[in-house]
Amino acid sequence: MQKIIISDPTLRDGNHAVRHQLSREQIAIYAKAADLAGVSIVEVGHGNGIGASSIQVGLAKETDEVLLRTARENLKKSKLGVHCIPGFATVEANIKPAIAAGVDVFRIASHCTEADTTRNHIEFVRTQGKEVFGVLMMSHMAPVEILVEEALKMESYGAEAVVIMDSAGAYFPKDVEERITALCSALKIQVGFHGHNNLGMAVYNSLVAAQCGATILDGCARGFGAGAGNTQLEVLVAVLEREGFSTGIDLYKILDASDIAEREVMKEIPTIKSTSIVSGLSGVFSGFMRHVDRVSKEYNVDPRDVFFKLGERKVVAGQEDVIVEVALDLAKKGGKK
Amino acid sequence: MSKKYKVAILGSGNIGTDLLMKILRSDLLECSLFIGRNFSSAGMQKASSLGVKISDQSIDAIKNNPGCCDLVFDATTAKFHKMYAPIFKSMGIKAIDMTPSQIGTICSPAINIEDALGSENVNMITCGGQASIPMAYVLKKCLPDISYIEVVSSIASRSAGPGTRANIDEYIMNTEKGLRDLTGCKHVKAILNLNPALPCIDMQTTIFAKVENCDVEKLFKPVEEMAEKIRTYVPGYKVVVPPVFENGRVMVMVRVQGLGDYLPSYAGNLDIINCAAIAVAEEFAKQALMER
Repeated sequence: MQKIIISDPTLRDGNHAVRHQLSREQIAIYAKAADLAGVSIVEVGHGNGIGASSIQVGLAKETDEVLLRTARENLKKSKLGVHCIPGFATVEANIKPAIAAGVDVFRIASHCTEADTTRNHIEFVRTQGKEVFGVLMMSHMAPVEILVEEALKMESYGAEAVVIMDSAGAYFPKDVEERITALCSALKIQVGFHGHNNLGMAVYNSLVAAQCGATILDGCARGFGAGAGNTQLEVLVAVLEREGFSTGIDLYKILDASDIAEREVMKEIPTIKSTSIVSGLSGVFSGFMRHVDRVSKEYNVDPRDVFFKLGERKVVAGQEDVIVEVALDLAKKGGKK
Repeated sequence: MSKKYKVAILGSGNIGTDLLMKILRSDLLECSLFIGRNFSSAGMQKASSLGVKISDQSIDAIKNNPGCCDLVFDATTAKFHKMYAPIFKSMGIKAIDMTPSQIGTICSPAINIEDALGSENVNMITCGGQASIPMAYVLKKCLPDISYIEVVSSIASRSAGPGTRANIDEYIMNTEKGLRDLTGCKHVKAILNLNPALPCIDMQTTIFAKVENCDVEKLFKPVEEMAEKIRTYVPGYKVVVPPVFENGRVMVMVRVQGLGDYLPSYAGNLDIINCAAIAVAEEFAKQALMER
């Protein structure tokens, strides 16, 4: 049976859904449940990763140090993972303290065409003997050949896997098939997929990724993540096992973990709201949803117009400041239609 | 005042080549040597086509020609500048450091050009720093209670060469140092985004500040005055979102269009740091030519 490594960013991507307000207690309770279920990697932190707490993308309730140390104390078998975006996080200020806090797996991320910004960080993590993956975010924005080139760069820096993210939930199964197949044939290292559910495709896209050779899949309890949510972890595990893949996860225990997450960690279960659909269609990062909703209300403009305008401007994750500019511009042009 | 002030450019990448184009227009500066590592690089070809003396000997070009310049623009990388700075110093050559090495006196001409003139090694902080720190300085001056300042720059991928990409951590640390030192605010953060969109985006920088109370109307005039001051050396500097106060935070957004010398005008990030460096070099030139 083909083994699949499940990387669970409930306590990282889920932080987007609660404006980065996850508490120490919530981290502890879910980390323990995921560990018991046999999840391979539990990813923890601010929604945009270590060093990302900011006005731009949201100030976190707890420091990285508190989040990571709390998770560490509650993980016995699962590895502790972090997301890390150069441009937000630095080796000195963020990676070194994360290593000290006991992180096992570093997922060093860049926009899908900017892999060379991850070089120093990937190389550094390797010298420290920690596991390191390269992550290409917003991967729908690059043609397949470019995506492969960028992934090869990460491989050359020493990444042990490359994960592509469907950060806007814009992919259809055929898009995933094309990209994962190309990556698996070009790379010597493992390939992974991280799905978002804006257009209702996340679980099926993830299954297609596995069938095309991806061996790392990301999923969150109840899909807890930005906007419409991520691939729903407990569904993914059930589907993968039925299709003959082995996740090493105990079904009842992951179902328990997701119940705990629903009860203790989330205010509401992510659903595909109207703005999320538009975010998927316009190819704009799902994490923008809460900011777009807030700013659109403030300036009395239609959040759907804001998303389409942002899509036209091809903004990348991290450019949340442009939301205000676009909303102001729409307001000047007459606001809501 | 007959002769121009002699400057060399070390580093033939985007920054170095754009600097050269600006120096060729200067009434005060003369580029006596343009130095790279490879005659076939785009920058070297450009310099050669403009009739500028070039060398492929890197730092040795300066070491072996002590009188070749009064001042050098170091447009290599932070790692190299750390090695070169002591060499320039021992040779009595002033250095304007375009890298985020954190060695010299940090300078944003609209704030502290006087500090630079008293120093033999001037650090131009970063492109994002040149765009944001003057505005952060104005905000902090008007609102001394500001407890936290954050600056976010987004630049076109095509305007970020290999040096910038390899130095992204140094970029952040140097921008933060500049912010702290020049505004006096202890708690700061800098963020950089690269955007590959085509057509390329203009450089855009947002300045956020956390403050409890703010009469935002009182900020309009000082912010516009600072923009005007910056435009004396960077004509394409524009406030696109004037101060907005929301949710305990003030926000100002600026956009920088370059002069389009070596790279197209979207590369306002290169333009602003280079224009700032030229402004400093011209002040050094005036000082030296007065003494002669």
